[in-house]
Amino acid sequence: MELLLDSLFNGVAIGSVLLVAALGLAIVFGLMGVINLAHGELMMLGAYTTYVTQLIFKLPILKPFYNSYIIVSIFLAFIVSGVVGILLEKTIIRKLYGSPLETLLATWGVSLILQQFVRSVPLAYGTGLVISLLIGLFLPTTFPSKIKESINFKYFKFSSWLFAALTGVLTGNVISSSVSKLSRASARNVDVTAPSWMRGQVEIIGTAFPKTRLMIIVITLISVIAITLFLNQSAWGMRIRAVTQNRQMSDCLGISTEKVDIITFGIGSGLAGVAGVAVSLLGSVGPNVGGNYIVGCFMVVVLGGVGNLLGTVLASFGIGIMTDLIGAGRLLSIWPDMPLALSNIINFFATTSMARVMIFALIVIFLQFKPTGLFPQKGRMVEN
Amino acid sequence: MSPNKIKFDKKIVLSFWIILIAFIIAAPTLLPVFRLNLLGRYLSLSIVAVGVDLIWGYTGLLSLGQGIFFALGGYCAAMYLQITSSSEFPNNIPEFFALYGVEKLPFFWEPFRSPVFTFFAIWIIPALVAGLIGFLVFRNRIKGVYFSILTQASLLVFFNFFNGQQKLINGTNGLKTDVTQLFGLMVGSEAMQRVFFWITAVLVIAAWFFAKWVVKGRFGNILIGIRDDEPRVRFTGYNPVLFKTIIFSIAGGLAGISGALYTVQSGIVSPQFMTVPFSIEMVIWVAVGGRGTLLGAILGAVFINYAKSLVSEALPASWMFIQGGLFILVVTALPEGVLGWIQGDGPRNLLQRFGLKRKIETYPSLEVNNKEGNNE
Repeated sequence: MELLLDSLFNGVAIGSVLLVAALGLAIVFGLMGVINLAHGELMMLGAYTTYVTQLIFKLPILKPFYNSYIIVSIFLAFIVSGVVGILLEKTIIRKLYGSPLETLLATWGVSLILQQFVRSVPLAYGTGLVISLLIGLFLPTTFPSKIKESINFKYFKFSSWLFAALTGVLTGNVISSSVSKLSRASARNVDVTAPSWMRGQVEIIGTAFPKTRLMIIVITLISVIAITLFLNQSAWGMRIRAVTQNRQMSDCLGISTEKVDIITFGIGSGLAGVAGVAVSLLGSVGPNVGGNYIVGCFMVVVLGGVGNLLGTVLASFGIGIMTDLIGAGRLLSIWPDMPLALSNIINFFATTSMARVMIFALIVIFLQFKPTGLFPQKGRMVEN
Repeated sequence: MSPNKIKFDKKIVLSFWIILIAFIIAAPTLLPVFRLNLLGRYLSLSIVAVGVDLIWGYTGLLSLGQGIFFALGGYCAAMYLQITSSSEFPNNIPEFFALYGVEKLPFFWEPFRSPVFTFFAIWIIPALVAGLIGFLVFRNRIKGVYFSILTQASLLVFFNFFNGQQKLINGTNGLKTDVTQLFGLMVGSEAMQRVFFWITAVLVIAAWFFAKWVVKGRFGNILIGIRDDEPRVRFTGYNPVLFKTIIFSIAGGLAGISGALYTVQSGIVSPQFMTVPFSIEMVIWVAVGGRGTLLGAILGAVFINYAKSLVSEALPASWMFIQGGLFILVVTALPEGVLGWIQGDGPRNLLQRFGLKRKIETYPSLEVNNKEGNNE
């Protein structure tokens, strides 16, 4: 019983990282039919945001609040990845609407650039760049409508970008001069240390659970609840669901699909950032950190089906629990006297990488029976 | 396909071929060994690019898993070479087995003692694996992005398998071929590399003609039909699954040949051939050269790899930026690739923009053909 509980917990912990990472991917894929290969790199940005936040909170002014840095970094990571995602949508993905395969290649290009960017640009200036992007993209939207509608709006826009660039350079310089670790570019992996209240373990029903894992489960839970509420209760959520179901019809009924695309992509990317915070708690953070998770996320999306969050949730926990059961060879300890042939097979797959082999094979077999995932979208179109 | 496909004079075509063949024969004396070896490797990569062009450019299937078949071909060749030159090692089996305490050759190595079997295995095994994967996926009408993601997942399955099995195929270290013997000669030796270069060059041309033959006629028309409107092909009474499976295994077989040639010229085959970035790179060679042009795929593979080695020698950090930019640029600005742009409306549009050519008001096919007396 204890073993089963242990295994279940581990599986849920693996699954919850997958879930929070795949959530954004699933929403974007459901809405736009776009597979974002840069999703892993958006996670990486979130993880690096955690690292930068941690170092900044070590400065004398913020030292008293150091323990709360992880909470702050969740929000910051959401914003950073979200802004980069919005920029991505505005510059590249919008042009490729209707050709998902091309989008796939273009986003792969973006992911290469982001990886190399983190390697060769000091994090301090990277932070400055993100801040200027943030100001440049959002300052113009806060102007009163009188200015927005005037002919000179482009000058206002231009000057706001100028202001944004200046602020970015300034913050970059301030950060690089005050935190020496951020002032030089490095391709080496960095480590995020959890605040003291998150170290150690909690005992539940006689089994010890690491607190960081519990924290990740909590983060995931909050993200899922928040996104469900947003999609089901808010006006924009309703528009997103409408566009997901039928883009042309929503467009005809006066929903601005352009805005829906931006918002969805922003939220999807932001969730990748939140996943990045979770990932940074699990191990060291490097330019390639996203690549380790991304294919798992794709599998979740393929398995869960499009346009249904429940499918995503079930698929990620399913994959998580299976990974733990197969990879750690737990099946043997749960069922000790199984036939020799079966136990040999299970032993063969009882490593993390071989567990992946097994799970992908199982997914391909599953897709033979349900080619469109657990909860397919209903429709009568030929092309579905 | 394109409205003003350039038609060359027969004399020009003939002289082009003469120059090409002369270059291939003379290349080993013209180029230093290092460069010759690089050129040979890039040429072998262009064979896999031809396969990618067949499935992506003509049939519209974007496979991100061609590395599987590439590496399988490479492993077949390397296993044969390792076995034939293992007579002085303990138990008459390749050296690395001793490291892991394996005394008996794993069963699937046995057939590779025979050169004839290996010769066929290099392209038939990848083709069969591709056919199986393809059939399982296509049967359920999984297509588009789903297909791409599943091929990528299969790539990871194979990568993890080959990477983890030290006792069967030396795991992450891969199989070395450069110190093995083939017909009494060292594979890594200069004389042998020269022969491999010639074989590669001939096979590239053969692959090109083979692919041209495949896409010609009704079979090619169906492939293009599947790319442009698959349901309509199905409603007309054709079974797209069959055609897609066939073309996917053809591409797999080409990838296997390419992988074997690449392995003997680079001296090693390892699970690194099955990494995700490498397989996506194969797609970008085709995208830059020109989808659906075949020749574009070959040129794209050779030139991009050449550029990669030049840039990486000079500025190691910047290649990732350039490659990333290339992906974005070619997809957004040049979707037909360089060769497609030249064969299509690209040059005329450019000349029109500078006022060097008369503007066309309706369709090029109407105006150009009629007024310039070029009735095709």
